Amino acid sequence: MTAVANSSGPQAGALHIPAPVGLLAELTHRCPLQCPYCSNPLALERVANELPADVWVDVLKQAADLGVLQLHVSGGEPTVRRDLEEIVAGAAKAGLYTNLITAAVLLTRDRLEKLAQAGVDHVQISFQDTELTNADRIAHYERGHAKKLEAAGWVRALGLPLTVNAPIHRQNIESVPAFIELAERLGAQRLEVAHVQYYGWALKNRQALMPTRAQVLRSAEIVAKARERLKGILVIDFVVPDYYARRPKPCMGGWGRGIINVTPAGKVLPCHAAESLPGLVFENVRDRSLRDIWLSSDAFQKFRHTEWMQEPCRSCEFKEVDWGGCRCQAFAFVGDMRATDPACSKSSLHAAFADTAHGEAAGAPGPFVFRSLRASA
Amino acid sequence: MTEAPKSARLVITAGSVPYLPRHIKLKQDAARGGWTLLAPERVFTPDEIAVDVLKLCDGRRTVDVIARELSVAYNAPAEEIRGDITAMLQDLADKGVVTA
Repeated sequence: MTAVANSSGPQAGALHIPAPVGLLAELTHRCPLQCPYCSNPLALERVANELPADVWVDVLKQAADLGVLQLHVSGGEPTVRRDLEEIVAGAAKAGLYTNLITAAVLLTRDRLEKLAQAGVDHVQISFQDTELTNADRIAHYERGHAKKLEAAGWVRALGLPLTVNAPIHRQNIESVPAFIELAERLGAQRLEVAHVQYYGWALKNRQALMPTRAQVLRSAEIVAKARERLKGILVIDFVVPDYYARRPKPCMGGWGRGIINVTPAGKVLPCHAAESLPGLVFENVRDRSLRDIWLSSDAFQKFRHTEWMQEPCRSCEFKEVDWGGCRCQAFAFVGDMRATDPACSKSSLHAAFADTAHGEAAGAPGPFVFRSLRASA
Repeated sequence: MTEAPKSARLVITAGSVPYLPRHIKLKQDAARGGWTLLAPERVFTPDEIAVDVLKLCDGRRTVDVIARELSVAYNAPAEEIRGDITAMLQDLADKGVVTA
């Protein structure tokens, strides 16, 4: 990869700053579902602060100029915005590949057709389980599952590619084989078997969500077998939970290396959980260009590259493979944003980290704290 | 056009007529140079030869015809090229970015 041309920041150029590949646009934090593992922050943004469509369209143009290829239109639930078509059309005009990430319960066939015409390239629909009652219980939304099935049918009927997104945790993990069957039956091109990542709402609900290590390993085996059987028919992505891992994940492909997240209010983050880190100031697209924020804002420079690392990261042979893992997890568990991610076996708290998961998974699951503005921090 | 759900793995042969499904986009990458192949939640970076092959995957040419055209362009034996591009297209078909 080559660096972004004409880098304008004072520190840019000193080190090679790659151009971003993907932008996650959280258009709103409003959502009819209340999934207890939502990736939104605990402090949800209010509707009054949401960026208007014309600002989004400008941001997406800036993103494409900066090198972004893939746009992930998400939320909350992006379809609650009546101006979504305008934003999607702006993305298409900028040449971005547009992934619509939706709960799908508010979609109508007519709306979906309009969105396809506006330029949506691919639709991802989340399913909370394959069993109707449990799915609606987890989403805390009546008749949601049935609506999702209907919407998935429209996606395929309109000739759009479909991803089935299956967030996995202890209260639906036995449905992994049924999720694979569901994706096949719906004619999906892609299935995400995505173990819940424990940030934000999921961290708050960790005890009610954490599966056992044996369950995680079994889910991995099931996916491996299905991948072999469905080669060339269904692409299956598998996201592992890192509490039982030995090596940390290269979170976001490394801080400020490939992904930009823009919040409903226009704050630009290196990852969707970054606001959980204290003392970082995230600049806003209303105040500064996306290029300047990407190249030289303090928040993006803070954990970019490897200079910020402490031991054991600093001398680790994998430091440019996993980039020290996840800063938010290091802060949440170790209390130090510069610490090695506790998912790494070289972390002094690695055993305690795994024991936390073992202990919680062994106990009875507590009640869910459903995502809502009322329960918001 | 609706891509029908596939019930069996697509096997690429010399007689296959490959093309990119509607939702797969081959485009130039101004920021990084070269070409990029965009798919749902995936970005592939095809090398120059792969780009030459993909540009000929137009839903009209067979793999055999593509191999013969490239054998002229590359001044290399068509059989050798056919073997290479069949393997490459099979790999891309397995990833869902090429169909036939």
